[in-house]
Amino acid sequence: MTRLRPQPAERIDRSKPISFSFDGKQVDAFEGDTIASALLASGRKVMARSFKYHRPRGELGGAAGSGTALVQVGDEPGVRAAARLVVPGLRVEHQNAWPSLDFDVMRATDKFGGPFTPVGFYYKTFIRPRRMWPVYERVLRKAAGLGRLPARQHERLWETEYRRRHCDVLVIGGGLAGLSAALRAARMGADVVLCDEDVEPGGALLAEGRHEHVRARADEARAAGVEILAGAPALGYFDGLVPIWQGDTLHQVRARQFVSATGALEQPLVFLDNDLPGIMLAGGARRMAALYGVAPGTTAVVATVGDEGLEAALGLHAAGIRIAAVADLRPDAAARPAAERLVAAGVELLPATTVVRARGNSAVERVVLARIDGAGRALPGSARELHCDLLAVSGGLVPASSLLLQAGARSHHDAATGRFLPGALPPGVHAAGAVAGHPAGAAELAGTAAGASAAVALGLGGQKARRELQEARALLDACEPAAPQAPVPACAHDGRGGGKAFVDLDEDVTVKDVRRAADEGFDVIELAKRYTTVTMGPTQGRYSQLPSVRVLADHTGRSLADVGLTTARPPWSTVPLGALAGRPIEAAKRSALHARHRELGATVRWAGDWRRAYDYGDPEAEALAVQETAGAIDVSTLGKLLLRGPDAGELLDRLYPNRMSTLRPGRIRYGVLLSEMGRITDDGTVCRLDDETFYVTTTSAGAAAVERWFSWWLTDWGLDARLTDVTQGTAAINLAGPKARDVLAAVTPLDCSNAAFEYLEAKHAEVAGVPCLLLRIGFVGEVGYEIHCAAPQAQRVWDALFEAGAAHGLRPFGLEPQRILRLQKLHVLIGQDTDSESTPYGAGMDWTVKLDKPQDFIGRWALEHAAERDPAHALVGFSVPGGRIPHEGAVVTVGGMPAGQVTSARRSPKLEQTIGMAWVPHELAHDGARLTISDAGTSFDAVVTTKPFYDPEGAVLRS
Amino acid sequence: MSFLLTCPNCGVREVADFGFGGEVSPRPASRPESLRALAASAYFRRNVAGVQREWWVHRSGCGQWFLAERDTRTNDVKWTARPDEAPAATREPVRA
Repeated sequence: MTRLRPQPAERIDRSKPISFSFDGKQVDAFEGDTIASALLASGRKVMARSFKYHRPRGELGGAAGSGTALVQVGDEPGVRAAARLVVPGLRVEHQNAWPSLDFDVMRATDKFGGPFTPVGFYYKTFIRPRRMWPVYERVLRKAAGLGRLPARQHERLWETEYRRRHCDVLVIGGGLAGLSAALRAARMGADVVLCDEDVEPGGALLAEGRHEHVRARADEARAAGVEILAGAPALGYFDGLVPIWQGDTLHQVRARQFVSATGALEQPLVFLDNDLPGIMLAGGARRMAALYGVAPGTTAVVATVGDEGLEAALGLHAAGIRIAAVADLRPDAAARPAAERLVAAGVELLPATTVVRARGNSAVERVVLARIDGAGRALPGSARELHCDLLAVSGGLVPASSLLLQAGARSHHDAATGRFLPGALPPGVHAAGAVAGHPAGAAELAGTAAGASAAVALGLGGQKARRELQEARALLDACEPAAPQAPVPACAHDGRGGGKAFVDLDEDVTVKDVRRAADEGFDVIELAKRYTTVTMGPTQGRYSQLPSVRVLADHTGRSLADVGLTTARPPWSTVPLGALAGRPIEAAKRSALHARHRELGATVRWAGDWRRAYDYGDPEAEALAVQETAGAIDVSTLGKLLLRGPDAGELLDRLYPNRMSTLRPGRIRYGVLLSEMGRITDDGTVCRLDDETFYVTTTSAGAAAVERWFSWWLTDWGLDARLTDVTQGTAAINLAGPKARDVLAAVTPLDCSNAAFEYLEAKHAEVAGVPCLLLRIGFVGEVGYEIHCAAPQAQRVWDALFEAGAAHGLRPFGLEPQRILRLQKLHVLIGQDTDSESTPYGAGMDWTVKLDKPQDFIGRWALEHAAERDPAHALVGFSVPGGRIPHEGAVVTVGGMPAGQVTSARRSPKLEQTIGMAWVPHELAHDGARLTISDAGTSFDAVVTTKPFYDPEGAVLRS
Repeated sequence: MSFLLTCPNCGVREVADFGFGGEVSPRPASRPESLRALAASAYFRRNVAGVQREWWVHRSGCGQWFLAERDTRTNDVKWTARPDEAPAATREPVRA
């Protein structure tokens, strides 16, 4: 164990020891530890193997956003060891190493150089031969894996909670600046949410001796009503929407004002073998010591280019870690106040010196410090080798401005401070603290000003607040700017061979790779990024932005400002795909009778959103039964609308091309719906229940669209009627066939005789004791009754019908036999036999259009034009003498040229021939015309029919 | 595209709750002279880059159709209202 004595700010509870397993071995920890802190405390430095070269890697950043130590936790791959809290019994394993973490055979790709080294190698090598790619891919995927998912889909259980939160102000980042902004805005009356990726708000100051102050601030913010989401990284900025991932919840936060207080990211230094475990960011090492009481090493060397490293060295020293030396690249480093304190504490300070090489087998054991020339090469005679097991590096700061850049800000290089800073911010977006380049001492002031400007922008606070805001801004402007950053070499080295200098530890991209990319022409940072994948790894360039820019600038002879920063794309923090992809989708719809269909052995298929019974095993026998005895089909999927009000008839007259307002109560009329251009969009029946109430049915697929169409016109015209969609709550059964009347009569007190209940009449009656609406209509061509009832009672009606129907040969029939039956009657199936160009005239449905009615109706103008000439194509029936059944979509040819197409075709068991419908040229649209159908490479003849094949006069229907 | 809309019945909701009904394009008062003019009124829209008046329906909510004025460049919604409560036509849409 390498625990330090208790630290004042620490998060762990030393009175609560817990244990978990890493690669099967027990690891002891305390409550409050992260996986990374517990592993470090147990003495383990190697936590992962790198993605490409399988080099040993440890924890670099020591913060939630760090991505060098990715581990597998149970079935969950890619977990950041420094972000995940340990719980008792947690099962943690390494990733990407075989056979073990400490001995990985794939390390050969690194040790022996070989073919895997150069950048662009994959693009250039594995492209040929093309057919071999699947083989290469399998091998490469395995070699460069980053964890594993359960192989079987059903084992990938993922449940994500979704929460939508609308607030006045969203503050991202819970450091002192963020907390101050949230507190200020909340006190001015705003509804504020604050999120932070760490397990508690507080930010950098928690580990810098000011934990009491920031924790008090967080308590004040909570008390002021700020909703604080901890352990909750913001994933991106999408046009005002910020998704925040917390545990298993995706908060979709939309705020009227945004404050980014995301701080700045300390950058690593680039030198030879700078990726050895035991090399940490200085701030990260300090966090490990201060927050978890862990010594990342017993003897440390600190290498820095600014005051941040000096401060961290002081912190490590105070925590009880021996500091062998502090190397500061700045020649005047000794004059810095922090340096003076270090020297006073007895620490050796080496100005104008940096680290050029790290040595060690699987973790750092020695480092080489040297003075360097302008190209980063060690000056002769200046090198000094020191023993240490921790190298803390600090290579300058980059503002964590990704979210601001995603929101539309542009980053620029500030010559005065030598830093990249976000430029002008879009409206409603504010920045405070280190992300905006404010000096550390002004965090509170900057946050307060940002919170106040957000609140003022919301119209809160009044005149006094505006004055205070101006004062705060003036104070902020008067602050001394952050200390200038010294120029840092792209890569420090000792001029000898051996070793790799990494620019990006996530993606295993070296200095050499970036230089090679520039040499090959990818010399713009955005191109170099895409070619080398630098900054595109799991941390989205958190710890590689500045190093990659420095290398490219150095190699192409440009300034940092000219090279510029790349925009880190969302997700800014890793998030399981399941959280994004697993969004709820439309549920399949099943009728209230679905269980009955299953019991009857139905073939169930998708029909739009619905799961429907296609047949019950023998569609032809089912169709025959309807024509010879009786059949029942579940038509609950039909759209069903109730329209009620004084203007109900007026609305229908304006939407249907025939007269609906003249219907008498208890009567039914068929109608089509048209677009403004006279094209058929849907069809169904309209039944008048009483003077002011109509019951409208639509096609199954068109239900939602018709509902929207009706309600839209109702609103636009301002008519006095109410529309209620009763589709889901109402079931419907169509009972049809010569024996249908006998079956129905057995279960209802209603007089079902033809005289008492005529064709196209509607009656309210009880069926099996259930109140039903009965519509006498006949889509399948036989005497038929559509029985509508409340969905929960549908099974009772169904069961009663089949009990009574047993003696009459009643059979259930599905969608497929229904299609055979309606084809015999040449009933047009909207969307199957028609398309977006079909008018009622072309479809042979002239009878549905009453141009002589007084009202204007949707589609009338187009139909008046259409009525002036014969349609070019017509929808007709056909039969095939040879019995061939053409595919739907088969081509109708005239003189060898395509001239039309088949829309439906079936074998009719009753007629014992192939029948169908097709669009044909107008001159062929007469009885007896010969058609040629070309289908699947062969041609055959068919004969046109314009009258229904079965019961053309409708005598059966009316009987 | 992602923003908030205020349903006149239900209040503020995410845009995904709503169906878009297109820009308001009144039906001609009488039959257009030619079929071409009819087709133009049925299919052609101004498609402005700027503020336009448009139809929305609270699809996943109360089903209410309502009007909104929205800047198509910024998705900034000026107001929403039932047609009978909508403000009179504002200034002409800006063409970019």
